[in-house]
Amino acid sequence: MTEITKKTILEIKEGLKKRDFSTLEVTNSFISASEKNKNLNIYNTFTPEKALESSKISQKRIDRGEERLLDGIPIAIKDLFCTKDILTTASSKILSNFIPSYESTVTQKLWDAGALMLGKVSCDEFAMGSSNETSCFGNVINPWSERNGKNLSPGGSSGGSSSVVSSGSALAATGTDTGGSIRQPVAFCGVTGIKPSYGRCSRWGIVAFASSLDQAGPITKTVSDSALMLNVMSGFDDKDSTSADLDVPDFTQTCNDFKLDKVKIGIPKEYQIDGMSPEIIKLWQQGSEWLKDRGAEIVEVSLPHTKYALPTYYVIAPAEASSNLARYDGVRYGLRNSQDNLDELYAYSRGEGFGYEVQRRILIGTYVLSAGYYDAYYRKAQRVRNLIIQDFQKAFDKVDVLLTPTTPTAAFELGSQLDPISMYMNDVFTVPASLAGLPAMSVPSGLSKDGLPLGLQIIGNQFDENSVLKIAANLEDQARFPFLN
Amino acid sequence: MPIDKDIVAKVSNLARIKINNDQLSTISNELESVIEWIDTLNEVNTDGVDPIANVSGQKLPLREDKVTDGGYSEKILNNAPEKESGFFVVPKVVE
Repeated sequence: MTEITKKTILEIKEGLKKRDFSTLEVTNSFISASEKNKNLNIYNTFTPEKALESSKISQKRIDRGEERLLDGIPIAIKDLFCTKDILTTASSKILSNFIPSYESTVTQKLWDAGALMLGKVSCDEFAMGSSNETSCFGNVINPWSERNGKNLSPGGSSGGSSSVVSSGSALAATGTDTGGSIRQPVAFCGVTGIKPSYGRCSRWGIVAFASSLDQAGPITKTVSDSALMLNVMSGFDDKDSTSADLDVPDFTQTCNDFKLDKVKIGIPKEYQIDGMSPEIIKLWQQGSEWLKDRGAEIVEVSLPHTKYALPTYYVIAPAEASSNLARYDGVRYGLRNSQDNLDELYAYSRGEGFGYEVQRRILIGTYVLSAGYYDAYYRKAQRVRNLIIQDFQKAFDKVDVLLTPTTPTAAFELGSQLDPISMYMNDVFTVPASLAGLPAMSVPSGLSKDGLPLGLQIIGNQFDENSVLKIAANLEDQARFPFLN
Repeated sequence: MPIDKDIVAKVSNLARIKINNDQLSTISNELESVIEWIDTLNEVNTDGVDPIANVSGQKLPLREDKVTDGGYSEKILNNAPEKESGFFVVPKVVE
């Protein structure tokens, strides 16, 4: 029998049903794996007692034949989701002592479905970063580092969530994605993750970064596992007025559909950029071939405003962040640097509590929103955002999904990307879909010549996650990716 | 658009973030390079293009204006750095 920690959610569900093992055995396996992988610095808060306690309730339901969708499945939660009575830090010093009195909608749905919480995992501070290095608790280490003799970044911001799954320390994790924070780290860590359409999952109780972009999504080993978990996480929530009041289809239904006749795959020509590694270009072509083998038609499409997506994002995201993060004032919660004067109390608390990247983004956001610059920067970016959305709409008149690489390179070494713009370039292929609110998924599809994971991205039309999952499942089936665990 | 130390000082004051004087020039250089990069947006002709904020195409619903939550100020105050008699404590703001 395969080791428990190497299995998928679907395999564990089947094993639990057939009594091959108990929820306690499953939970203990992942607790031990998490302890063994302590050197990767994945967890901000480890809650094994919580998982063990819930595993007993899950076992009882399974024994009665009343099991729920995720009963007995140990998962990790990105430390950006508020969890009732459990420390929620956003990997920031300013929230290092924050204990929410409420539970986020998405995590509540997961607990209601029987999932077990192993703990809260690291991310870039307030999800701002692409390397996990901005966490106030230090970076997570990419689990592929040891085998390759390098000190690799897990990517970010959901670096802890991706590493926890890649290292076999949890069956799945929640992530959030604002400009690529699920897709880039899953590509770096050799696992799978989907950012659903904006509005698919409730944002209520998730520490806000950029509200017109933030979306929650699952991180798992396989496409089917992601689909199953997304079934649980999705749905309208009257506590989030931007969540979509639409029926949630069964996302698992297209994951076993291996016939692609009549499916049109778009290859956006503007995603061929300078500085892209040749092996990524090769993998991208390989991906097209795989889908062609299954009967799909490959069509070149044009998204002419692609190169403006990153600068647009770096106006809109910091602008929204500067507004969202105004709430951290040292008065109601979080770190306080006591001063005699209220304005100084704010300024010193925020100066001490926010890390450098977060401060930089708040300053950019404040600048582009300030008097005299609002129209030149913020309004302008909102107009370009509209053009980027129109590009996608025109493309989806012709094709069903788009196929692109997830990242321009494989995982880089920790400490290697020093200036902000080269770090921001990591998200060059993920940001456009975020700006348009489209579902997009990364599937581990091959290894670089150095033996590092590479991902392919599938972008779908709005609220058409099922097409994305179907194409992802086909790539996964053809790629036979050699998972680390 | 050049970003000098005075602009950084002004913006950091607006953002209520205390920045040490010795950091001002590093930050002004970094902001300037980011803003210069953002300025490439000026190449795009956006005449007659509407600015967009809502990408989901969903109408924002209205709800009845009634209380649905509350009555647990103690729980909320549990996270306060300083509290007294059911209130958050801040330095004196009026003489």
